[in-house]
Amino acid sequence: MSSETALKSASHSVTRRDLLKSAAALTGAAVGSGVIGAPMIWAQNIKDVTLNQVGPSYSVIADITEKASADLGFKIVPQTSDTTQLMAKVVNQPETIDIADLEFWGLQKVYRSGNLQPVEVSKIKMWGDMTPLMRDGKNFDGSDMSRQGTLPVKVLYTESVDSVEFAAAPTGLATAMPTIYNADTLGIRPDLVGREISTWAELFNPEFKGKTALVNIPSIGIMDAAMALEARGDLKYGDKGNMTREEIDKTIDALIALKKGGQFRAFWSTFDESVNLMAAGEVVIQSMWSPAVTAVKSRNIPCVYQGLKEGYRGWGVGMSLMRHLDGLKLEAAYEYLNWYLTGWQGAFIARQGYYSSVPQTAIANLTENERGYWYEGKAATEDIKDPYGNIMDKAGAYRDGGSFEQRMGNIACWNAVMDEDRYMIQRWNEFVSS
Amino acid sequence: MSGRSSPSGRPLAPYLQVAPLAFIMLTMVGIPLVTVVMLSFWEFDGIAVYPAFTWANYAEVLSSPVTLTLFLATLKYAFLTLLATTLIGFTCSYFLVFHVRNLKVQIGLFLLCTIPFWTSNVIRMVSWIPFLGREGLFNSMLIKAGLIEQPLDILLYSDFAVVLTYIHLFTLFMIVPIFNSMAKINPNLIEAARDAGATPAQILWNVIIPLSKTGIALGSIFVVTLVMGDFFVVRVMSGGQSASVVSAMKNNIDQLYYPVASAMAVLLVTVVLLMVTAILRVVDIRAELAR
Repeated sequence: MSSETALKSASHSVTRRDLLKSAAALTGAAVGSGVIGAPMIWAQNIKDVTLNQVGPSYSVIADITEKASADLGFKIVPQTSDTTQLMAKVVNQPETIDIADLEFWGLQKVYRSGNLQPVEVSKIKMWGDMTPLMRDGKNFDGSDMSRQGTLPVKVLYTESVDSVEFAAAPTGLATAMPTIYNADTLGIRPDLVGREISTWAELFNPEFKGKTALVNIPSIGIMDAAMALEARGDLKYGDKGNMTREEIDKTIDALIALKKGGQFRAFWSTFDESVNLMAAGEVVIQSMWSPAVTAVKSRNIPCVYQGLKEGYRGWGVGMSLMRHLDGLKLEAAYEYLNWYLTGWQGAFIARQGYYSSVPQTAIANLTENERGYWYEGKAATEDIKDPYGNIMDKAGAYRDGGSFEQRMGNIACWNAVMDEDRYMIQRWNEFVSS
Repeated sequence: MSGRSSPSGRPLAPYLQVAPLAFIMLTMVGIPLVTVVMLSFWEFDGIAVYPAFTWANYAEVLSSPVTLTLFLATLKYAFLTLLATTLIGFTCSYFLVFHVRNLKVQIGLFLLCTIPFWTSNVIRMVSWIPFLGREGLFNSMLIKAGLIEQPLDILLYSDFAVVLTYIHLFTLFMIVPIFNSMAKINPNLIEAARDAGATPAQILWNVIIPLSKTGIALGSIFVVTLVMGDFFVVRVMSGGQSASVVSAMKNNIDQLYYPVASAMAVLLVTVVLLMVTAILRVVDIRAELAR
């Protein structure tokens, strides 16, 4: 147990006791399996470990990696990168990443590159506490969630360490450890719309001609469009997240007609573009992300992330381990993954409007007021602050769309890559250039 | 120096002189270009690329009606921008060279033209957005002046906004070469033309324009290549409502479809090369510059 004393001497905080125990246990396991021959060296060297975590800005956040580095005693370097860029990195420059925070549709696309290694479920202590939404694809009442698009569980498991295929049912090997997720919908300017909005069909309502926008990420934009077209009764899709060629053609043709009729003001590509379109009143109803709505609100401009009767478009992010991780670095990575689920991170991202894959630890780290507002759909008893202490909603306000159950329980489809992706991109380019 | 030569008897100095540029061109232009051409013929399965020869990428690009639309859209931007920048560039240079007599004032005014270029491209582009927007400065001005009742939507997120930004960004690339070739025109020629009874219009058409065409050609090459290769201005200023060849390429790159993007890139390079060749056919820049 000399390793434990060595670790302890390097420790700085009281809350490390549990971690130390687990570290010791991990060492034991490592020794037992013969992976690491010299635990003493490991204990001393863990301080020198550096892990590069790469992912989108809403997942890889410097405040979180700093806190983790302080708690764990080794260094985690955050690096932000769009999912599209991250996919390219995972495929072409895997050595520049240690931990990749991939959206599940990105994971679906790049896992078969073979550059990721599965996460051993048995090494994640809180895997059993993880929400069934992510772990099993089951809804709150135990029923199956919508399988349209990339439902996380569809790409979450694999059969063996060397397999690059996804397993149909849960196994002991996960392609990623789910971390954050949310339910996306349309953002509206209630002051400029001036009436109740309750269906996706409003996106294509001639009343808002020239005042709507779509996200110009083809795979996501086309799904928002599909939600609206289906709500209007124009089309009925087998799977909005995996359309047939015929469905793609019909959707794009409808979009081209709408565009020629002047329905759209813009197609935005970045977060700030969506914020500015809304804040400047160029657009009154559009595809939007939760923090963008917050950003508009923080300028004292009314903006609502409107829950709609057809349901939400869901998405999630998981942490994946790169194939080249082994020995000490791999053990450190597992320690970090375990730390991630202990609640501090979950509470941090809850204040940005995202949910944690282990909700109970996240909730335990929130104040009662925050818990009521973010997770339980209750009115805020005092001002709600974002993770950086800025006030983003006043006392008495409710979260748009209601509680965790109301929002995540009503997912209609998930962000996805289609089998006909290449054809879809080609047609999307046609739509944009029409 | 010319006396020194390599053992074979051929002079070494010219090769040494050209070596640094050749090295830079080879590593920074040659190798990447060859890579792109190579990639455009490789097979891929959605994420990985395999070194096997295939025409499939070109077949996809060339058989798609989108490609033509994209090239036409981009060419339209290039043409409109070229027209406007040539007019503005020529007029500005003409004024600077023939109307401003004092050399110091001339240089001062010329520097004035470059002032907007002291900030970044992005800032110059983005600054148009609050100006042209629906609730922007220009629209509120027009409404307050009683000229219009509803804000003009066409000002922002439109082809108009894209071309306007291009003109703003690229006019200097036209002014500089035209100014340069006009400044070289011998004033005696103009006096001679006037003495021979030419009207000002005739002087402009028969003397000044022919002698400035090197500058116009050089400027055109800059403007055309800059517009053809752009995707950022199109994306931001059209609000994503228009696409250029490169923005479509970016959509492909984002989804890791490198070979298709490469095939498109090769096509674009070919088109731009043809355009530059055409410009060079009209004006023999080398001969004119050596003048």
